[in-house]
Amino acid sequence: MGLRLRLLPYAVALVAAIALVAPPLARSQQTQSDLAKYMHGDQKSGYIYATAQTRAIQDDDFQNPGSLWTDKGKKLWNTVDGTAGQSCASCHNAAETSMKGVGATYPKYDAKVGHVIDLEQRINLERARMGATSWKWESDPLLSMTIYVKNQSRGMPVNVTSDGPAHATWVQGKAFYEARRGQLDMSCAQCHVQNNDRKLRSETVSQGQTNGFPTYRLKWQAVGSAQRRFRGCNVKVRAQPLPFGSPQYVALELYLAARGSGLPVETPSVRK
Amino acid sequence: MAETRLRVPTAAKKGDVIDIKSLISHPMASGFTKDSAGKTIPRDIINTFTCSFNGKQVIMMKLEPAISANPFISFPVRVDQSGTFDFVWVDDNGQTYKDSAAITVS
Repeated sequence: MGLRLRLLPYAVALVAAIALVAPPLARSQQTQSDLAKYMHGDQKSGYIYATAQTRAIQDDDFQNPGSLWTDKGKKLWNTVDGTAGQSCASCHNAAETSMKGVGATYPKYDAKVGHVIDLEQRINLERARMGATSWKWESDPLLSMTIYVKNQSRGMPVNVTSDGPAHATWVQGKAFYEARRGQLDMSCAQCHVQNNDRKLRSETVSQGQTNGFPTYRLKWQAVGSAQRRFRGCNVKVRAQPLPFGSPQYVALELYLAARGSGLPVETPSVRK
Repeated sequence: MAETRLRVPTAAKKGDVIDIKSLISHPMASGFTKDSAGKTIPRDIINTFTCSFNGKQVIMMKLEPAISANPFISFPVRVDQSGTFDFVWVDDNGQTYKDSAAITVS
């Protein structure tokens, strides 16, 4: 019997939990070459920092709980919605072919809108065209669709450009990443660039790559977007988190995705 | 509506021990957590999971609040005849989620 467990500080719960804990998954040692595809130059995916148990959950397509959202996204893709009486599939047909590689290029500059948008915003723009109400940030349908679309690029390298019309936004994102903020007066870069691979208490600090987002986070017990993670990090340095979809966060998403270009898309990844 | 996933082999030989895997999307609210307003989120977990084969119970499992959201349950079963596995998850709100899978045994 295999079960994922959440540790609760309650003795009763723990006793129940211990009774149900399965023996650790037998897993052959991953070789350097297995891990090489999760690195690109000096960029390392969060997969590298994950424990073998967490990697095993991600690698098993069935057990990966993020796949539940992929399934939901697939249903939504074929669901007619809005005044135009269309579904995503009405125009885009099968996502397996039409969306291949698409998610790997976001966020990107959109000439019609006149600024950089991320995948969530792109989906809601498409919904507006369908005459459908836009999905709320971090809502189940928006996460499902984002995961479903990005999942079609799984294994393909992130291919986000910081040049051309996107450059100004990329500069803003970089500035945000390097600016100190909050009561702790810390920047993103101080942990994730200057001190990655080192320890924060028991945790190894990762590079903060976004190639696996939206990710299934064991702590959240659910999937969440990169922006949800940004908000969490901002709160950790005791800064005021920005609202979902704010231009600063989109710029930050662009900066991080461009920096992690070449890493494989892992959506939905599993992280601690 | 909860999403369910099953992995049951479609064919097996008589007497084979097969591995069954199941996954369901459910928040598994433990009853110990609070929302942003400080109010306790009432307990809502899948409390019972059963699987039966051709109407005969194969496994019955009581789940407890320590179990994660979206519980993944896998177990081995020996099959001696063709038939259908019926899976039932019941949560604290009395909601029942069902799914089934057929297998041909030769």
